[in-house]
Amino acid sequence: MKDLQSVLHPAGADAAIIYQFTWVLFVGGAVIFAIVMGLLALAMRRQARPIRAGVWILGAGIAFPVIVLTALLTWSTWRSAQLAPQTSHGAMSISVTGKMWWWEVRYRDPASNREIISANEIHIPVGEPVYLGLTASDVIHSLWVPSLAGKRDMIPGRVTGLTLRADKPGVYRGQCAEYCGEQHARMAFHVIALPRPEFDAWLARQGQPAAPADTTVLQRGRDAFLAQQCQACHTIRGVTDVAPHRDENRIADTSRLGPDLTHVGSRRTIAAGTLRNHRGTLAGWIADPQAIKPGVFMPPSPDLDGETLRALATYLEHLK
Amino acid sequence: MRIKFCQYIRSDPVKRTCSLLLCAVLASACGKADEPTRVEGGDPERGRLLVQQYQCAACHFIPEVQGAGGDAGPSLAYMGRLSYIAGGIPNQPENMIRFLQNPPAVKPGTLMPALGISEAEARHMAAFMYTLQ
Repeated sequence: MKDLQSVLHPAGADAAIIYQFTWVLFVGGAVIFAIVMGLLALAMRRQARPIRAGVWILGAGIAFPVIVLTALLTWSTWRSAQLAPQTSHGAMSISVTGKMWWWEVRYRDPASNREIISANEIHIPVGEPVYLGLTASDVIHSLWVPSLAGKRDMIPGRVTGLTLRADKPGVYRGQCAEYCGEQHARMAFHVIALPRPEFDAWLARQGQPAAPADTTVLQRGRDAFLAQQCQACHTIRGVTDVAPHRDENRIADTSRLGPDLTHVGSRRTIAAGTLRNHRGTLAGWIADPQAIKPGVFMPPSPDLDGETLRALATYLEHLK
Repeated sequence: MRIKFCQYIRSDPVKRTCSLLLCAVLASACGKADEPTRVEGGDPERGRLLVQQYQCAACHFIPEVQGAGGDAGPSLAYMGRLSYIAGGIPNQPENMIRFLQNPPAVKPGTLMPALGISEAEARHMAAFMYTLQ
């Protein structure tokens, strides 16, 4: 499977260490459990020979746990020290903000030094440490990509960090690991690890403004987007941030309440990993997000006629 | 219980024949596999997987298909025995295949977009639709 989410398939150095811990603790626990059960069975024999209390208390009660736990502590401390340092020094930084119930992802464009905002997909170059600066804008979330690293909480008003390094290219699924409300279970994302040149090309494309609407259908879709006031929560760079659609008089900037849609067509999924991304699912989502992800903040659009809805979905699909 | 039943069958050749016949009839009624499909060249199981892959469940409730079970489109629970599809087109395999490939061409104004489904895919999907009774 290409985008498996599994602790048992580590694809990064940190995940490999955690994977090793998992097996040592699981197998070690199982062996000790089996020994205890074996001793219990021996003790329950009819002609069981009593063992001196001193042997039990000093041997099994003190010496055994002290030896085992000390060895375990030494080994796990030594292995933990080999986990990647949680620092932005010498690593590319990406900001990820947890929101109910999606992920805002911000990259720094090396060409213009401006921010490139995307959602629900974290692209990283393979084999390089990437520092994720994590925060949340509403409640506590937690970022977890089991194949690459451990969990890290995202706390409103604070910035926490997590270093990711993927050792092979691939798509790794992650999800929110801290209960955050009704749609916590549908708050997933993908980490896409690309070779450096592909990553650079991808980032350069993401830095471009949205693809122009160059056919009648696409124009109709773009007009529908603006007429429906989607720009109240969503941004399409090159469309919603230029006059006359940019509203300077708006009191609060709400343009980041929903995901940035400048390149929404290039993403694999919509609604934070809920649906595969194509014009059909886009149309269904726009028509009634509440049926797909009940409680989500996006309202349904029951007043769109069929042709307009299809044009709007086609337009969003076109924003590669 | 089982022994009693066997004894009962062994007791009388007429009863035995009748029981065996009854069993055969019941067993054949269970098997859905040999049921002829209404769509020539369509494989319902492949159709079900395609329906899942295209995520039709984003808008439709579809039994046996994983998905959100959205309600932007009608439920497909009884698709196989409806007389008409899309509110007025006779529910015939050929119409269904055409509709799945390009809904707006068959029914202008529909919400359902054309997803670039090939004829062969639409055939499998239609075969699946007729299993929804």
